[in-house]
Amino acid sequence: MSKALLYDATICIGCKQCEVACAQQNKLPYNDEIAAEAVQSEHKYTVVLTKQDKFMRRLCMHCEHPACASVCPVGAFHKTAEGPVVYDVWKCIGCRYCMVACAFAQPKYEWHSLNPRVRKCIMCPDRVKAGQQTACAEICPTGATKFGERDELIKEAQNRILQNPSNYVPHIYGLNEVGGTSVLLLSSVAFDQFAYPKSEKLGDKPMPEYTAQVMSKIPDFIPLWSLVLGGVYWITHRREDVAAAEMEEKRKQGSAQ
Amino acid sequence: MKFKPTFWRLTFVSIICLGIYSAYVRYAHGLGAATNMSDQFPWGVWIGFDVLCGVMLAAGAFIVTGAVHLLNIEWMRSVVRPTILTAFLGYCLVIVGLLFDLGRPWFIWHQLIYMNPHSVMFEVGFCVMFYTTVLFFEFLPNVLERLNLKRPLRWVKGVTAGLVVAGILLSTLHQSSLGALYLIMPTKLHPFWYTPALPFFFFGSAVAVGLAMTIFESSLSSRVFGRQLELPVLVQLGDVLLVVLWVNALLRFQDFFHRGQLANIVKPSYEAYFLWLELTLAFVIPISLLSFKKIRRSANGLYLASVICLLGFVTNRLNVSVTGFETWVGHHYFPKWTEFMITLTIVASGFALFGLAVKYLPIFPEVQPAPVAKPVGAVSRSVSAAPVLAEHAGD
Repeated sequence: MSKALLYDATICIGCKQCEVACAQQNKLPYNDEIAAEAVQSEHKYTVVLTKQDKFMRRLCMHCEHPACASVCPVGAFHKTAEGPVVYDVWKCIGCRYCMVACAFAQPKYEWHSLNPRVRKCIMCPDRVKAGQQTACAEICPTGATKFGERDELIKEAQNRILQNPSNYVPHIYGLNEVGGTSVLLLSSVAFDQFAYPKSEKLGDKPMPEYTAQVMSKIPDFIPLWSLVLGGVYWITHRREDVAAAEMEEKRKQGSAQ
Repeated sequence: MKFKPTFWRLTFVSIICLGIYSAYVRYAHGLGAATNMSDQFPWGVWIGFDVLCGVMLAAGAFIVTGAVHLLNIEWMRSVVRPTILTAFLGYCLVIVGLLFDLGRPWFIWHQLIYMNPHSVMFEVGFCVMFYTTVLFFEFLPNVLERLNLKRPLRWVKGVTAGLVVAGILLSTLHQSSLGALYLIMPTKLHPFWYTPALPFFFFGSAVAVGLAMTIFESSLSSRVFGRQLELPVLVQLGDVLLVVLWVNALLRFQDFFHRGQLANIVKPSYEAYFLWLELTLAFVIPISLLSFKKIRRSANGLYLASVICLLGFVTNRLNVSVTGFETWVGHHYFPKWTEFMITLTIVASGFALFGLAVKYLPIFPEVQPAPVAKPVGAVSRSVSAAPVLAEHAGD
């Protein structure tokens, strides 16, 4: 069964412990200056955003059908059975198509490195594989970020909304967006206030399907189009051969007379 | 040979010098130092122009070789060599551009061993690689003829048909797939440019640009070298271009209509200005110009129409790759000067290599009836009245 994270913004107190734990887990620098940065970057995979008294986490959504994995020409991204979408740096050629393709703009780049890597939350795959929680979920003092089975977390999220309808926007962000994600969000304010793309704009269709519609035609297209082109060549040149043969015939007849 | 410092030569040398410095910045300090690309704008002008436009500008070869070898359109035969030269240089320079743009260019060969068949980029990469090889062999006869190597020449000519078919197949695939690269971003790319028909439009514009580029390069080389195709050939190319432009324009209109964008594109907005620029340059002006018989029949008129048309489609690709993302991102992107210099150096190298090839290889027919424009740096080789077209008969 695949694991997931449920982040409930209404319980979050904005302590940024998840940022600290994430930095430690991924051996990233962390200090007051970085804590104050309100954007994700190559050294900040997750960020807690603040708007008046509301908080919201941003991190890789770990899509069920990740666009990054589908677009990568060398297959440097893949979705593991446990849920995390991970990155194999040794394959990467640095084309940055993943960054352009991601609807949540999650992959970040080491722009000032001479051997740059794509950086994003990889959902602590080693810990998850070992049956542990992610670093951010483990450290969260209020349980705002909760780790568990995706199915169970969905049920829990539904229950929370049911029991406290006035507390929540009646929507689990990530349940169906782009075909579902392994990060589920609950909030009391609209998600697009924190730069999450609007659900109705994203749709429920997995992003890779937009290209699959075209790519799936290619295996048929190649032999068919080659056949047509070869056929055209054969016909046009056959006509030439026939014309040449006829000329020859006429010439012979002419000389025979 | 003495170096005469003309205006263009000095411009060329300064571009190359600044380009070398920019290349140093790129490889010694990284992409962040050399470009204005960022996490918000991971693709800049190197993808938007060097790759997307580079491949488009090199599209002439597959159209012309197809017309001559598959459809037996004889009047296009003299166009084959210059378009193959443009395409071969174009694709080589696209690859050079990629070596600047890729974060880890030294791993570009990973494409060969870690293949992801779901990726459009993988497909484009493979097609570009194979097609560059095809173009190399299509270009080879120029060199073999010059060196008078008869036997290898016969071998290469023996496989021409195969090369042409492979070239068309690969070009159809990757010219359209460049548009398909953007299909996965329905939420990011502005609706003026995001359409399921993107692959078709990229293919259609490649056909138009392939023809326009042929007219452009022939006209330009007549101005510089006094060498070019005969005017009747250019006139006929212009006729075809006019039809192709109309088809492109009508399809674009239909697409706007079916997606309910017609009301939006006439409303002034940041994107609309760029769209208007694109449509005016790509369609309105060239179609208007070419509609006048007098312009369509004159060398200067064709030159003007083709240049404007090229600018229009370049604008189109930059709109798809840059302008169309600015609203989603929330800020503008403009290339850094070093970034711009690399692109300019690549373009300048293209012109220079084309010039060298025209000078030393049998690219254009040797004898030309009545030069259209004043040849500037007359570099005429032996102007013997030798039967010229016979030389190209076996192409």
